[in-house]
Amino acid sequence: MSQHNLGLADLRRLLTESAGVSQGVDMDGDIADASFDDLGYDSIALMEIAARITSTYGVPIEDDALAEATTPRLLLELVNGH
Amino acid sequence: MSELASESSNTAPARTVVTGIGVAAPNGLGTAAYWERTCAGVSGIRPVAHFDATRYSSTLAGEVPDFDPADRLPDRLLPQTDHMTRLALVAAEQALADADAGSSDDDPFGRGVVTASSAGGFEFGHRELERFFGQGTQFMGAYMSFAWFYAVNTGQISIRHGLKGPGGVVVTDHAGGLDAIAHARRQVRKGTRLVVSGAVDGSICPWGWVAQCSNGRVSTGSDPAAAYLPFDSRASGYVPAEGGAILILEDADAAAERGAPQVYGEIAGYTATFDPPPGSGRGPTLRRAIDGALADAGLTPAEIDVVFADAAAVPELDLAEAEAIAAVFGERTVPVTAPKTMLGRMYAGAGALDVAAALLAIRDGVIPPTVNVRRDGRYPIDVITAPRHTPVRAALVIARGHGGFNSALVVRATTAN
Repeated sequence: MSQHNLGLADLRRLLTESAGVSQGVDMDGDIADASFDDLGYDSIALMEIAARITSTYGVPIEDDALAEATTPRLLLELVNGH
Repeated sequence: MSELASESSNTAPARTVVTGIGVAAPNGLGTAAYWERTCAGVSGIRPVAHFDATRYSSTLAGEVPDFDPADRLPDRLLPQTDHMTRLALVAAEQALADADAGSSDDDPFGRGVVTASSAGGFEFGHRELERFFGQGTQFMGAYMSFAWFYAVNTGQISIRHGLKGPGGVVVTDHAGGLDAIAHARRQVRKGTRLVVSGAVDGSICPWGWVAQCSNGRVSTGSDPAAAYLPFDSRASGYVPAEGGAILILEDADAAAERGAPQVYGEIAGYTATFDPPPGSGRGPTLRRAIDGALADAGLTPAEIDVVFADAAAVPELDLAEAEAIAAVFGERTVPVTAPKTMLGRMYAGAGALDVAAALLAIRDGVIPPTVNVRRDGRYPIDVITAPRHTPVRAALVIARGHGGFNSALVVRATTAN
């Protein structure tokens, strides 16, 4: 797998654009280790994000791996190949 | 199998009443705006604004005004919803608030939702399929899995308001709004205390427009005041529209027990029929639907104060409807109205909105007019072309769907009215 360098700002933008922001959640705050659950993103929202990452950056994301990426930091590590 | 689906029963079933109304209509968003303009004969038919329709055969539509989804819905719902689902969510929220049933400590399994749809989220589907075929399979979003389905409004309303009781969707074209309300009544009779029902429909987008215009029944007129003229010698098809109504149906005793703020009326009778296939030699069955709905309500034709017509604006369909009404009520006896002449035909949404109009007519003692139509002697019915102030105790609503669906539904005042 080639190296990618998706940052938190990129992910924040993808989340906001493709799945929206839940009421009461500050996406500009320190969200790297917050659970997607607490951020208001359900499994289908994460599938939407994964599809956008795949189509935008050409990185395939397996469903099983996606299910284990429960925070923005873990998802970035998955995408960036760490 | 019988073509007649009567709702009659040997034992007296629980009464089902309407306690909340939410409206999204081309002449007004919200019940108050819609009703005030409808009684005043204000039309919402205009040149299509959602997209550039100037190069299409039909260019007029009824589109809901003053609707900014970002102002009215949570941000999380916007990327996953078609325009018509957003309208449905706003109408449902209004209806629940109107019934003071927006948040409840009741058992969530005692609250259900049944809506009707004719096309699902067409515009959403159009966008996603464009990406799918234009850019590649991986460009189609995950929300496509539900956002364009017929059942999407039922699902989104259920999730947003925690309605875990019986859920369902009815797909019977224009008859759907009535069929959904009838199915909701079945669920109330089987013990569900509250059911959110009705329909909001519409697909005024390039793909949806082509699909609708291909049926040959869409008006090609360019004058908003002359494009949709049911029961008129100039009738030449209908104007498509978006919108509809969401109603709160409750068991009458349950509504009284919780102190519902108002009861608009009772869903008193309903029957659906399906026409025999062309060439069978057997005639249309709309009359049997009307007879059945009256029998189900236990009312005689003389007890019906107004008929809300399907009003196809296709001459042979108008004649069939007028003859069925005249056969039941007598020629030019009962007042007949088609307020959808101000709105266009909103598919499944139309029947639900006409039920809302019938209930508001009962509340206010006024029959909203049919606009722009010149009465024509070939149709043996009394079309109301100006608002009529008169007590309304019971109303019949008719809706027909493409391919042979006929539905008739009776609403009546309750003693609480």
